[in-house]
Amino acid sequence: MTITNELIAQHGLTLDEYQRIVDTLGREPTLTELGIFSVMWSEHCSYKSSRVHLKTLPTSGKRVLQGPGENAGAVDIGDGLAAIFKIESHNHPSFIEPYQGAATGVGGIIRDIFTMGARPIALLNSLRFGSLEDPLVRRTMTGVVAGIAGYGNSIGIPTVGGEIGFDESYTGNPLVNVFCLGTSKATEIVKAVASGAGNPVYYVGAKTGRDGIHGATMASAEFDEKSAEKRPAVQVGDPFMEKLLLEACLEVMRTDALVGIQDMGAAGLTSSSSEMGSRGGAGVEIDVSLVPQRESGMTPYEIMLSESQERMLLVAKRGREGEVERIFEKWDLHAVRIGEVTTDGRLRVKHRGEVVADIPNKALTDEAPRYRRPTAEPSYLKEAQQLDLASLGKPLAVRDVFRRLLAAPETASKRWVYRQYDHMVRTNTLVLPGMGAGVVRIKGTRRALALSVDCNGRFVYLDPFVGAQHAVAEAARNVACAGAQPIGATNCLNFGNPEKPDVMWQFVRAIEGMGAACRALDVPITGGNVSLYNETDGRAVLPTPVIGVVGLIDDADRIARRTFQTAGDAVVLLGESRAELGGSEYLKVIHGVVRGVPPAIDLAREAALQRFLVDGIAAGLIRSAHDCAEGGFAVALAECCFDTGLGVSAELSRLETIEGFADIAALFSESASRVIVSVAPGAVEDVLSRAAALNVPAVRIGTVGGSRIRISVDGRAVLDESLTDSEALWSNGLEQYFERARAIA
Amino acid sequence: MKFAIVVFPGSNCDHDAHYAAEHVLGQQAELIWHKDTSLKGADVVVLPGGFAHGDYLRTGAIARFSPIMQEVRRFADGGGPVLGICNGFQVLLEAGMLPGAMLRNASLHFHCEHVYVNVEQTDTPFTIACTPGRALRIPVAHGEGNYYAEPDVLARLEKNRQVVFRYVDASGQRTAAANPNGSLNNIAGLCNERRNVVGLMPHPERACELSVGSADGLVLFESAVKAVSEGAFAISR
Repeated sequence: MTITNELIAQHGLTLDEYQRIVDTLGREPTLTELGIFSVMWSEHCSYKSSRVHLKTLPTSGKRVLQGPGENAGAVDIGDGLAAIFKIESHNHPSFIEPYQGAATGVGGIIRDIFTMGARPIALLNSLRFGSLEDPLVRRTMTGVVAGIAGYGNSIGIPTVGGEIGFDESYTGNPLVNVFCLGTSKATEIVKAVASGAGNPVYYVGAKTGRDGIHGATMASAEFDEKSAEKRPAVQVGDPFMEKLLLEACLEVMRTDALVGIQDMGAAGLTSSSSEMGSRGGAGVEIDVSLVPQRESGMTPYEIMLSESQERMLLVAKRGREGEVERIFEKWDLHAVRIGEVTTDGRLRVKHRGEVVADIPNKALTDEAPRYRRPTAEPSYLKEAQQLDLASLGKPLAVRDVFRRLLAAPETASKRWVYRQYDHMVRTNTLVLPGMGAGVVRIKGTRRALALSVDCNGRFVYLDPFVGAQHAVAEAARNVACAGAQPIGATNCLNFGNPEKPDVMWQFVRAIEGMGAACRALDVPITGGNVSLYNETDGRAVLPTPVIGVVGLIDDADRIARRTFQTAGDAVVLLGESRAELGGSEYLKVIHGVVRGVPPAIDLAREAALQRFLVDGIAAGLIRSAHDCAEGGFAVALAECCFDTGLGVSAELSRLETIEGFADIAALFSESASRVIVSVAPGAVEDVLSRAAALNVPAVRIGTVGGSRIRISVDGRAVLDESLTDSEALWSNGLEQYFERARAIA
Repeated sequence: MKFAIVVFPGSNCDHDAHYAAEHVLGQQAELIWHKDTSLKGADVVVLPGGFAHGDYLRTGAIARFSPIMQEVRRFADGGGPVLGICNGFQVLLEAGMLPGAMLRNASLHFHCEHVYVNVEQTDTPFTIACTPGRALRIPVAHGEGNYYAEPDVLARLEKNRQVVFRYVDASGQRTAAANPNGSLNNIAGLCNERRNVVGLMPHPERACELSVGSADGLVLFESAVKAVSEGAFAISR
């Protein structure tokens, strides 16, 4: 058939890229080959806009066993074990079909973990939605949460934590980022390689259908009013099938009959076969007519591009076929031999014996196009960074601000969400959702791992360099607050259209900030995911580079939670407070603006703070720890009281700011690197002197106890609220949107 | 003594029950594949939580056809102690080994949370070591735990003292708010007429150590050990 310019454009390829295909092959591609190139060279698979920048991130360290480039990253956690983890986005499908989009996102990241030979033990997610006042947004969120629950709960992996943010920019483009952690023996990590000429290539799992064709291409384009028509490109998940695959694959991996394995995720059979061959320096020859098919009459093009879920490609050792096949039979799965490894480095696809594609693997992978796209500082930036508090009018009473912030969806309890997730299966969850970073113990050892995913998109919008540093610092600080040493990170970079210079500028500056923070805090990035084109009708989401950090706890008996433990304990504030309201929850909720510059961050101080927390919790000196984030000191202090029945009295110092905003700044400023800890009265001096030795600002500010939340500034009472009332506002802040919606329905 | 934990392909609390029996309680425990036809000399059988065969039809509807279930039924008919937890309870209902059925939770949401259940009957092999009337703090995690039975069946259950566990609040009061799923009469768990087969929606195996939030569930497993060692529920082989 003739390849027309229109056909090339439909495949998301430029004419230059098409010429490159012709030059590579030395001839015109077949339609199947054009399809293969289009998905492998899509932004989603090739990282063509991001790769040159991602290379600048720190990816190595003494604990790193596997950096970027495999299905997931791995770090050494002692006792001969590895923690294997990654985060991935499923943004576009989750808007088109929230339940299945989110569910298949969970399925995909779980496959990435168990294909490394690890048993998945924990899930987290980072979600962004528009305003909950919008019924469409409530419907999307309801579906996404149910989809995550439906998949994770069925397969039996606990969802132990996460974060949710709200901003109008996400209305037509929610973010659904899913993180999975697994553990394996450090010496038994399995790679996604195809090698050894003549070794059989097996297909196992669900049958191939026409669903999801061009899913990777869909994820590489903006949304518009026609997006709903793309619904057929969203796949349907089957967690039971995945559970069978998980158990069978882990069993096969224990036999040593396996060479390599990869899940058929984005770009399905195409990416798994060409990437495995490329990594192994080998060729792969398959006959697609042997692929189990759900529908009749599928063409080689459709079979190669299908993104049907719950499918794996694996290479076994020649002569060990029987062992592999028997294990899959036990789980009622059929491993079908569809080809073999060759020596010529090419992906050769046959259909009933006839060659329909014959492409060098490297051309699809390492040698895919890469662009250093033009960047330009966004035109909004200078203006948005201006913040004139005086222009906001007379500030509301502190009490009203406090109550509105507690009930704001961003800060309110997320119980309505995490109650839908099975967060206890596998009986390893030491810190339950809502109590701080998720903490899971490693059975058979004394150790535990703490996990956190974070990003404040407003900060990144107002200054991508500083904002991305905040994201890394906050995620690492959260695991440190549990008592864990941060040891590795994974990133999920959600941005708009990279072909727009201002979006590309946000991306590049964010990567620079992220790299600087990872180096300063010694948390290498071991892998992750880039999600671009998060735009609807030309408007981009807030730039949202989500960071997932894994921290190591040596003694699982020494962990801290957000909540105060005992009346009479001293409350100590770590870190320095300044009047920094730029990009704050206060400005967003009370004044409806996203303005100013984000709080300053000193990475050396942040590192010292985290070291102090880890040491202090391990020494048993710190009884609870909670970082000050959205809503500032006052919201964080209240959260230390919730779920305990214990009140608090605290005394702050005045901060320098303009007339009328002193109390607001003292209570709701979002200065970085601040943590509220509680310590036994007898341990206060020890804690303060340890802090001084590490140059961590620390002040005793109050005492746990009573039934009220009291804050004074320079000796003047500015807040005196009932704990019960405050907790009710916080508990219902999010849930009320959904219960109210149901009452109306 | 020995616990047998049946593994359906979609079981996902099998390892948790095994861990509770073997590591926490220090008893022998063996995972038994659902295609097996022998319980391998076990003294107690546990049907664990999960989604036995995906449960796309009705929860537990296909599991009752698994080969091992014939053996489980024979074991129960001989008086052996059988515990169904969550999906295991649903399987026992579908298999007709306990009366009634499960509907979707009244909230229509999956629900995972610590709840309180009152132990009303202590003459079953899984409650023999319980203090009567003591509320246990144990998690639930299910989407279909809304127990339903026809009025005459329900009346018979109450009359025969077959309701073993009931949802209560922290102070032990049976309230509507304490019911997480809409179950009739706040029923959380039942036994058969012979009292050797017990099913409950809450997960006692998840509440066997304080470090994971509660150790209140351990008493169910301790009860089984006591019952078997005292010969109270010996199996007539």
